[in-house]
Amino acid sequence: MTDDVRDADLKKAEFGQTDAAGPETTSINMAQSKETALTRLLKAQAFQILIVLIVIVAIFSALAPDTFAQLSNLRLVVQNASILAVLGVGMTFIIITSGIDLSIGSVLVFSGVVSAIVMRAMGGDDWGTATVGIIVSILSGLAWGIFNGLLISKAKVPPLIVTLGSLGMALGLSQIITGGVDIRDVPSVLTNSIGYGNIFGGIPIISVVALVIVIIGAIVLHKTKFGLYTYAVGSSEEAARRVGVKVDRHLIKVYALSGALAGLAGILSLSQFSTTAIAGQSQTNLNVIAAVVIGGTSLFGGYGTIFGTVVGLFIPAVLQNGFVITGVQPFWQQVAVGAVLIAAVYVDQVRRASAARGASTSLWRHFARRNNK
Amino acid sequence: MTTPVLEARGLSRAFGHVRALDDVDFEVYPGEVTALIGDNGAGKSTLVKALSGNLAVDTGVIKFEGNPLQLTNPMQASALGIETVHQDLALAPHLDPVQNMYLGREVMKKGIGGAFGFMNVAEMRTESRRAFDELGATVRSLTSPVGSMSGGQRQAIAIARAVHWANKVVFLDEPTAALGVRQTKNVLETIRRVRDKGIAVVFISHSMPHVMEVSDRIQVLRLGHRAAAIDTKTTNMEELVGLMTGASTRGVA
Ligand SMILES: Nc1ncnc2c1ncn2[C@@H]1O[C@H](COP(=O)(O)OP(=O)(O)OP(=O)(O)O)[C@@H](O)[C@H]1O
Ligand SMILES: [Mg+2]
Repeated sequence: MTDDVRDADLKKAEFGQTDAAGPETTSINMAQSKETALTRLLKAQAFQILIVLIVIVAIFSALAPDTFAQLSNLRLVVQNASILAVLGVGMTFIIITSGIDLSIGSVLVFSGVVSAIVMRAMGGDDWGTATVGIIVSILSGLAWGIFNGLLISKAKVPPLIVTLGSLGMALGLSQIITGGVDIRDVPSVLTNSIGYGNIFGGIPIISVVALVIVIIGAIVLHKTKFGLYTYAVGSSEEAARRVGVKVDRHLIKVYALSGALAGLAGILSLSQFSTTAIAGQSQTNLNVIAAVVIGGTSLFGGYGTIFGTVVGLFIPAVLQNGFVITGVQPFWQQVAVGAVLIAAVYVDQVRRASAARGASTSLWRHFARRNNK
Repeated sequence: MTTPVLEARGLSRAFGHVRALDDVDFEVYPGEVTALIGDNGAGKSTLVKALSGNLAVDTGVIKFEGNPLQLTNPMQASALGIETVHQDLALAPHLDPVQNMYLGREVMKKGIGGAFGFMNVAEMRTESRRAFDELGATVRSLTSPVGSMSGGQRQAIAIARAVHWANKVVFLDEPTAALGVRQTKNVLETIRRVRDKGIAVVFISHSMPHVMEVSDRIQVLRLGHRAAAIDTKTTNMEELVGLMTGASTRGVA
């Protein structure tokens, strides 16, 4: 008997249900629907990684209660992770389609550069100028996203290559446009608000923006047809196409979404750092991909959550912050994050392998079974 | 005699040197089960793909209810009420049975929610459960990914999906290949029930007893060509095997 059948039987026993209740489907299904949201949550990889995060936080809190475990420090960590969270939402959609977007860091820079130039040309330091700047930045990112999406879906060039190409192109063009010199004229209405402003008594505005994007992203991914198609395309392009899902168009939309979010991240970065920081985003793509993968999204597509990505972002962020505070050489952060990343992909492999055997996909049970042998 | 709901005349399709379909004729009538039989590689799956908009043919005519038409994609076939269970099932493994059932045909929420892309999950779930129960399908859970289910369960889901949406023709390409005894009985029972609703069923199988049991008419393919089209009542298993292997000939259309 397989685990899941045993589960169903157990649950049936627990809830006093019998097969006499109706056809087999219904009774088993009723038993299954008793599986609460909580038990499903416990099985999710995103939740397992959350436990890892909590452990890390607990360790640093014990080591440095006066410095690490302070609200002001938490605020700092959250603030630093905000831009990556915005990028992570787009990357989660893309990786669920079994794609990849290496260009986000460069697109962020490009959008910031174009936006900064437009705002400088307008010369104002008011919300009118800033609004134009925000729109220009998002549209610049959107354009790169559509460019990526078209090449991937229509020209059938692999995402890795297309976005590696646009990574170089966007960065090169940024340097050409600026002559390689960072632009530092950013309207103060932006730096004072999005940059380092707070609302609700001390919450960074940039983090509120990121939170809104994360929540909208999670709702779209998990509750709407757009989200369902994202999973479907990543799960089986052929199955999706046969039932009439416009796979090409959907891929273009997903890459466009990632581009637009990189554009938004561009204006956020401009506001936070008051400079276009052309050279400052060379690791961004890999950091975001690592966060998404640590959060349990499968590189093979069809599986993943926004919640996992957010947790996946905080592991490197907390490690970095904790190492600095506890006086460990911060280079150890890279070592630790690398290890977590590999572990996360290993877990995904185990999960996919047992799913392919039709077995339970719970990690705990996998290890339990191993030990029983 | 009534007009066939779906009819093929002189279909040919080559893959390189392999002539998968070689001037084949085929017809299916409403309210009948047409068995399509033939050896491995005879071209059965290829014919089904051609008739369900999944494969372009080199030459030949396809008629739907007597009118010639170009079938260029599966959605066009779906819109006409033609559904197919392919040999490879074509389900999305990470999606659950309900999502697979409704993929591409989601029921949206009414009003503003639907406009924002929110789906009516409750209704889709209820309808799917009804469809699975009607089929007597053993579907473990409506919320687990189908990739984690057994071959037979997946097959049941694919069949339920096709039967749920078809109102003219259902193609079942070896629907009982992965099924246990009880599930096979269910599928054969479903085939009869679908037929009794006036829908044409095309049933591909290598099991001659099943073919004899459930079909009204049998069409035999051999090397991409129709070797025979016969009334099930007038034949027997020995003759069918002979026709498939080319040892005997009869009633070639
Ligand atoms: N996409 C393809 N590319 C090349 N050859 C193909 C393709 N599809 C089918 N064929 C060839 O066409 C012939 C008919 O194949 P088909 O799948 O229709 O057979 P079948 O009757 O369904 O066999 P089976 O009983 O094994 O399912 C075979 O020789 C096969 O190799
Ligand atoms: Mg076949």
